[in-house]
Amino acid sequence: MNTNFSHEVVFSDDAAMERAGMSRRDFIKGIIATGASISAMEYVFGGCAGDMGSAPGAVERLISLNVNGRVRRVDVLPQETLAMTLRYKLGLTGTKLGCDRGECGACTVLVDDVAMYSCSTLTHRVRGRSVVTVEGLEGEDGALHPVQRAFIEELGPQCGFCTPGQVMSAVALLEINPSPTREETRVAMSGNLCRCGAYDNYLNSVMRAAKEAS
Amino acid sequence: MLRDMMANFELYQPTAIDHALNLMNRYGDDGWVLAGGQDSFDWFKDRAKKPKAVIDINGIDDLHGIRETADGIEIGALTTLTEIETSALIKEKYGVLADAARHVASPQIRNAGTIGGNVCQDTRCWYYRYGLDCYRAGGNTCYADTPEGIDREHCLFGADRCIAVSPSDTAPALVALDARMIVVNGDGEKEVQAEDFFIGPDVDIMRMTILQPGDLLKSIVIPNTWAGARFYFEKVAERNTWDFALVNIASAMKVDNNAIADIRLACGGVACVPMRLTVVEEVVKGSSPNGASADLAASAASRGATPLNYNGFKIPLMESLVKRAIRES
Repeated sequence: MNTNFSHEVVFSDDAAMERAGMSRRDFIKGIIATGASISAMEYVFGGCAGDMGSAPGAVERLISLNVNGRVRRVDVLPQETLAMTLRYKLGLTGTKLGCDRGECGACTVLVDDVAMYSCSTLTHRVRGRSVVTVEGLEGEDGALHPVQRAFIEELGPQCGFCTPGQVMSAVALLEINPSPTREETRVAMSGNLCRCGAYDNYLNSVMRAAKEAS
Repeated sequence: MLRDMMANFELYQPTAIDHALNLMNRYGDDGWVLAGGQDSFDWFKDRAKKPKAVIDINGIDDLHGIRETADGIEIGALTTLTEIETSALIKEKYGVLADAARHVASPQIRNAGTIGGNVCQDTRCWYYRYGLDCYRAGGNTCYADTPEGIDREHCLFGADRCIAVSPSDTAPALVALDARMIVVNGDGEKEVQAEDFFIGPDVDIMRMTILQPGDLLKSIVIPNTWAGARFYFEKVAERNTWDFALVNIASAMKVDNNAIADIRLACGGVACVPMRLTVVEEVVKGSSPNGASADLAASAASRGATPLNYNGFKIPLMESLVKRAIRES
């Protein structure tokens, strides 16, 4: 088994991928979603996984998670964060990892409708709870969530890296306060950094989403 | 990024206090009690703490929630800061605590972080956080208190080898409200005044609270002595979000006939403990809460302060906060 999973293996032949009608992103996501991910797991979690068994009374590793309305079986290490599980085991790479320290907000997801930093949440903590990531916001017909539409219309993002987290914080806010003031929105969004400094655009987006929903 | 993967540990998720206490006793120093996790994960990701077993107590229902009791309220240690910030009962009667909770970190951290975790969190001194073998970590030097050390965030009072400060925003509010901490261990329950719960390096340089291995903070009781009093809370930090206080202040005051009948003040960020300003309390009792009393209070507050190389600014800062607490609450 290729335990090294060097970047070369993935990225060596962009031209070949293009010929196959595949984007680099599709290819990477495909790898994560299939059995080939086993070698990637070695890379990501290498040296961290202990023996496979757990002590009596400790958590079982094979658990069911409710993510975006689907129940998925997944093998989760005791020390694994939700961000790691979502991105590297479930292929939900919409959730970004910025600082991995609860200091930037890029990894924000909803747990039972409450905004949480998935980098600072143990996956075992969310067993039996409902997790929603940015991938879970669109309607059944693939239509974007009103917050996502407003973000596009107001040109909310600049580079876009912090956007999934910003969207999730906005969704969490509008869930409990459908018509917030601009100041309330500022406070609710204050746990999400944007290095482009597009804060005003994001605020405009959330205010528009609130207005259009009312 | 991948260096931040935590080292492996056994994870336990007990659903009863007894079960948690058994696990804590079984693992002793190798065990780690996990509440909201917002402080713990930093330690684990930095590999500065490597517990063999993590005891996640979040599934213990008895530790959650705010209850009204005959003589006040009882707040379960796992009540989140968001729950405290938005509780109608706390906002109405003990507003200073809701205010303090609202100033902690960021919304997402308040959604996960607990009141118990906020008062039990370790100091933010970065030399210590970096994993250096300082006094607090069991070594025999302080890296902050040297001619080159960056001690801008460190203490004005109570230095004893270690110059770290208490990082909590809710702790000064609890001291001002005369709260009591309920601690359980294998031998049963005990009650400790909030003021005595926090300890400085002169008492034990490796702990910030009286909690010993095997002790669990179960709940916090707030007596109704100060319910509905005049409150003041202010936190000064570099940034409005995430940042820890340079100095913060919490006060509860009762005014009768335009005279301060009774008052409790506590200041964070200036000592290893949330420091109750008893001298200030005595100085202003009986006088009117006006500018003159505020000036008097301010000079009493900073008496005995010993600035370090870079934290002299904390003296006028603390004085200003004390003035405002007297004048504007």
